[in-house]
Amino acid sequence: MANKSSSPNLSRRDFSKIVMSFLGSIMGAVVGIPIIGYVISPALKATEIDAWVSLGTLDSYPVGNPKLFSFTRTKVNGWEQTTNSYGVFVVRKSESELNIFSNVCTHLSCRVNWYEDTQAYKCPCHDAQFDINGKVIFGPPPRPMDEYEHKIEDGNILIHLTEA
Amino acid sequence: MFENIFQWLDERLGLEAIYGTILDRKVPKVNWWFTLGSASLFLFVMQGITGIFLTMYYVPSPDKAYDSVEYIMNGVAFGWLIRGIHHWGASLMVLVVFIHMLRTFFYGAYKYPREVTWLTGTFLLLLTLGMGFTGYLLPWNQRAYWATTVGTEIAGTVPGIGDFILRVLRGGSDLSAVTLARFFSAHIWLLPLGILLLISVHMYLIIRLGISNIPGEDE
Repeated sequence: MANKSSSPNLSRRDFSKIVMSFLGSIMGAVVGIPIIGYVISPALKATEIDAWVSLGTLDSYPVGNPKLFSFTRTKVNGWEQTTNSYGVFVVRKSESELNIFSNVCTHLSCRVNWYEDTQAYKCPCHDAQFDINGKVIFGPPPRPMDEYEHKIEDGNILIHLTEA
Repeated sequence: MFENIFQWLDERLGLEAIYGTILDRKVPKVNWWFTLGSASLFLFVMQGITGIFLTMYYVPSPDKAYDSVEYIMNGVAFGWLIRGIHHWGASLMVLVVFIHMLRTFFYGAYKYPREVTWLTGTFLLLLTLGMGFTGYLLPWNQRAYWATTVGTEIAGTVPGIGDFILRVLRGGSDLSAVTLARFFSAHIWLLPLGILLLISVHMYLIIRLGISNIPGEDE
């Protein structure tokens, strides 16, 4: 082996090694690179939502306390229809002043509930609390509650639902 | 620097010795027919890798199996390639393993002291056919359904215990969700584990005994 490797010509064994590693790398790449694409491709698929969702008539919401409105939307994920449920709190502060909050906690996406006795939204997961205007009053959330853009058409409330 | 790292590891793990024992074995002067064992192993590894990734999207349930395969073929990037390799690799593996057996038989390589290697090999062939049989049902299309109907029906013709065998294979008297789930389980767990185990014994014996010479030639 030692005397062979010192020869100026490429030995049969070294030639085989080079050819084998070259072919092996090609075969590895032919399978390996597609596998990466195969694994990550569902993550790269765009499932955009851009819709106006009706929450019913303005009159059905009392002035004062927040009222929860729930609805579902479906979209196709892989081989099935995924039904996602949404909850929004409609807050009518006066006849014309309206705020609509998502019930998704801005901390880690649990769903918050409104408690009338303490006048706060509370998240059951990590004890976060938001006031009626969505401001954080206790706990870990990094930002106030998310608010929906809304409009009123023929007495109906519509919110702008967007998802990237 | 890599030399030093390798030295450090080698001193503790004995990497050179492993390499020497497994790959630097002395072999007689043989021909291309002797590459079929390695080809079988390569195909098994390939089937294992592609199969593992297929389970990422495949669902072994009658209402979703066909849809999930459809999704692999049309919805996922390179799904057609991964499944294609698995599909064609399966047929090729049966073929290669079978020719590997024929070579061993016609060269008399199954004789003393290699009888156990031969014996494990015959079981490996049967397990490979079992992989083909169980995998064929999984796409849950018409061909899969009727092939398994016929296949299990054939198993049912065994005198005396035939009906029992049929019911065990199908998990009941009908070809059902239970059949699909158990074929899936057998295809990804039981049979591959059996193959892996027997390959270990098979390869240990090849390394221990060396490969046989071509008959009629002196060692």
